[in-house]
Amino acid sequence: MNDFAAGCKKGLPIALGYFPVSFSFGIMVASSGLPLGLATLISLTNLTSSGQFAGVSLILSQASYFEIALTLLMINARYFLMSLSLSQKIDQKMNTLQRLIVSFGITDEIFSLAALEKGKLSFKFMLGLIIVPVIGWTSGSFVGEILTDFLSTDLQNAMGICLYAMFLAILVPPTAKFKAVREVVFISALLSVGLSYLPLFNFLSSGMKLIASTMLAALYGAVRYPVGEASL
Amino acid sequence: MSLYLVLCVLVMAVFTYLPRMLPLTFFRKEIHSPLIRSLLYYVPYAVLAALTFPAILETGGQLLSALAGMLTGIYFAYKEKGLVFVAAAAMAVYYIVSLLLY
Repeated sequence: MNDFAAGCKKGLPIALGYFPVSFSFGIMVASSGLPLGLATLISLTNLTSSGQFAGVSLILSQASYFEIALTLLMINARYFLMSLSLSQKIDQKMNTLQRLIVSFGITDEIFSLAALEKGKLSFKFMLGLIIVPVIGWTSGSFVGEILTDFLSTDLQNAMGICLYAMFLAILVPPTAKFKAVREVVFISALLSVGLSYLPLFNFLSSGMKLIASTMLAALYGAVRYPVGEASL
Repeated sequence: MSLYLVLCVLVMAVFTYLPRMLPLTFFRKEIHSPLIRSLLYYVPYAVLAALTFPAILETGGQLLSALAGMLTGIYFAYKEKGLVFVAAAAMAVYYIVSLLLY
């Protein structure tokens, strides 16, 4: 099997998991009175979940471009870390155009699956791993926008859990197997819960809370359980 | 579609793309520092954990439905049932509990 097909195959479960999530995004946008087509346009050009939901709520409150830019930057700052991590993992021969294309596809799920692949990542593999989820993500919003009026609220709510269930599917197996990963995961989750619920930290945006939890937990792992040259 | 909306989408797209694009495109050196390599190794696990908790329990504003969905998700993820099965099972259980309780 060539790299592109292998990437597509790995991307298919992500695409299927994305569909209900972007479907609920389509519903959310269309049911809030924004024009038809907007949700699909956003999904195609943004390819991100939390940033899109936050962006639309800002649009609904008639926010300024500056507020939107700043909020999105904070929510998406985690991608900076992922992109840096992938820069060490991709085929070093990738040219600038190929890097620009691969960058567009760095989502939580695509990054996680790519980061856990063995060996270097080729451009063709990444292309397949990205294109199939882009189709799933965009078409989900499109179908959601169109079917908005036909779905119960309970069903719409239930779809919201798909995104997090996908995170669990990626996260739980290595957490169960490796002690170091387990400790990092528990620390990060605890920090995230603490930062979210303690009023003391209300001044932090959700994006900053995410970065703080991630960095502190990863730093703990790096100091306590350093990994060798081979494992990245 | 108004100009305001189109520009908002553009701003969103640009500020989502920039943090993804800058390191991967312009950082071509191999990192040798064991500390930073280890840090980057643990980032995917840490970021997924922080993204999932506590947000998963706030899904749809129904704590018990979300809790049931979460436990279902953890169980099938532990059984390594794959992305789609885990997502579908968590969604189904959330839906059933929300019909029963709310």
